[in-house]
Amino acid sequence: MSGRLGGLLRRKQVSVPLLVLVVLFVYALPMLDLPIITTTDSDFGGVLFDAASYALIAVGLNIVIGYAGLLDLGYVGFYACGAYTVALLTEFHGHWPFFLALPAAIVVTMVSGLILGAPTLRVRGDYLAIVTMGFGEIIRLVITNTHWLGASQGIAGIPPPPSIGQAPDPANGVAGGLFQVPHLSWSTFPNVIDVGHETPFVGFGVADAIPFYWLVLTALFIVLIADRLVKNSRVGRAWEATREDEDAAEVMGVPTFRYKLLAFALGAAIGGLSGSFYATQTTYVSPDTFIITLSELFVAAVIIGGAGNRWGALAGGVLVAYLPERFRSFSDWRMLVFGVALMLLAIWRPQGIFPPRRTRRVLKVEAKIEALEGETASV
Amino acid sequence: MSDTTTSTVTESGGRALLEVDNVTIKFGGVVALDEVTFEIREGEILGLIGPNGAGKTTCFNVMTGVYQATSGQIRFDGKPLAKMQRYKITRLGIARTFQNIRLFKSMTALENVMVGTDAHSRVGLFNALFRTPLHRRTEAESRERALELLKFVGVDGRADELAENLSYGDQRRLEIARAMATRPKLLCLDEPAAGFNPAEKQRLMELIRNVRDEGYTVLLIEHDMRLVMGVTDRIVVLEFGRKIAEGAPAEIRDNPAVIAAYLGVEEDDDAAS
Repeated sequence: MSGRLGGLLRRKQVSVPLLVLVVLFVYALPMLDLPIITTTDSDFGGVLFDAASYALIAVGLNIVIGYAGLLDLGYVGFYACGAYTVALLTEFHGHWPFFLALPAAIVVTMVSGLILGAPTLRVRGDYLAIVTMGFGEIIRLVITNTHWLGASQGIAGIPPPPSIGQAPDPANGVAGGLFQVPHLSWSTFPNVIDVGHETPFVGFGVADAIPFYWLVLTALFIVLIADRLVKNSRVGRAWEATREDEDAAEVMGVPTFRYKLLAFALGAAIGGLSGSFYATQTTYVSPDTFIITLSELFVAAVIIGGAGNRWGALAGGVLVAYLPERFRSFSDWRMLVFGVALMLLAIWRPQGIFPPRRTRRVLKVEAKIEALEGETASV
Repeated sequence: MSDTTTSTVTESGGRALLEVDNVTIKFGGVVALDEVTFEIREGEILGLIGPNGAGKTTCFNVMTGVYQATSGQIRFDGKPLAKMQRYKITRLGIARTFQNIRLFKSMTALENVMVGTDAHSRVGLFNALFRTPLHRRTEAESRERALELLKFVGVDGRADELAENLSYGDQRRLEIARAMATRPKLLCLDEPAAGFNPAEKQRLMELIRNVRDEGYTVLLIEHDMRLVMGVTDRIVVLEFGRKIAEGAPAEIRDNPAVIAAYLGVEEDDDAAS
């Protein structure tokens, strides 16, 4: 049964329209007013923005941890680099438009990835984890103590990306954007279209996080496609070989150092990309945001989801951002609930929610062997 | 001794592909290789034998760039290998297998071999990201060649199996395919028959001969005397880091120094056959 379903899903005539539907659904998600999923205690658009940002981060970190096998505990450093590059260029030291600052932020974080990676990627395993952890802290401390970077009080008033049409200004009755997208509301059934609640399309303002969510989502889809193209190529094979056995890979002609550096730089760039969106959406950056626990949360997202599988990492990122917000009504208990949820997951599914196909295949074979052994033991 | 024996080689008297010239390796006070000199000629199968701890694997490692020689020089195709990065040595044309199997376990058999074919690929991030014609062509060629090699070593039909799920013998053969995929001029096999039963050894001997017939030069480190005697054109014998003999299998078998050092002690039965 499941085999037939799987076969059906692999057919192009089925899979392509299905994919389009899923993508549309994800874009429409904040307007649908779905029960259970929609957060009641915090702005759902904002939560989705966070979830998409974390998913983006997890997909980037997955390249470093999952593909190349490099444990990076200082990923928040790249996130901060991206956010601060945008903050400095659009507000603190210049008035660049966001879409010029964005590529600059990507380049800056990529370069910072290369600078961190070039000396440190010669150490392996746990040592790399410690060195990268130090990097994350160094970035935070440097920002805290440098006036040119806004020091400990941070940088406020970061402008949103330019809107198409007018910028939204609800106080003066300007809706902004290209056109308005109405929300749904099930409480007023059967008049489910809520004309009183609309979101501007490509209109970025402080009041509504949904256009920012759409922006991150678009970036996420682009990154996912790029991730797939790179993974299914020589580059992906080189990463995997390096992760499995660095010496053997080198002897087979893989310049392992160069490929580790590439993974590091690409991961950094995606972290920086996400940081840029964070800066422009929250309009404020401060070193207090970029603490070490955030790095740990990012790593947790990748591990929970299933390191090495982009969909796993994506799911992990979404969960890590979404769960604490969904359970906000538990107030002080929510981090505990979140922690317990993580622990339960680690106990029952240590390989992650969606482990890579290889891990799944290995598990299947192991189960088969175990079953056989059980049979022989009982005979 | 070596000077007199080399003249007996007839069918494989090509030019020297790899020259080990007076190589000494010291680990602290331990001399692992002591002024060892020999050469591997194009198109031959050279056996490197010796009792445990004689320095065979050390010799191997210095050729493939894992260790650096304390003194002396190794030249491949006339070029000295000192201080060259390992992946560059591979691209130059030396490939190896490992005594303790070191496959990329979570990758399929096909992917393992494709990592080898990638050694000469010019595809990088850009080509992969934009799926350029170069990427497509290289990927298709890579795949085709990898499948051919799997067939050649006899692991075809299991191309999509994870490397770690293959049988022990298939894993050993897969290692040979992966090494051949890097298009080496010299293929170094480090105890490829370890753990094999006689039937598998027989198949391996055939495989090694086929490899040579495909135009590769082969260096074989092996404990199993019957296999070494049966398949090699020439043999170099090491003991305590020194070369004690070099010559055709028949001569090595009758060499008193070798018998004293090696065959006479442990491997008497094998040598007599």
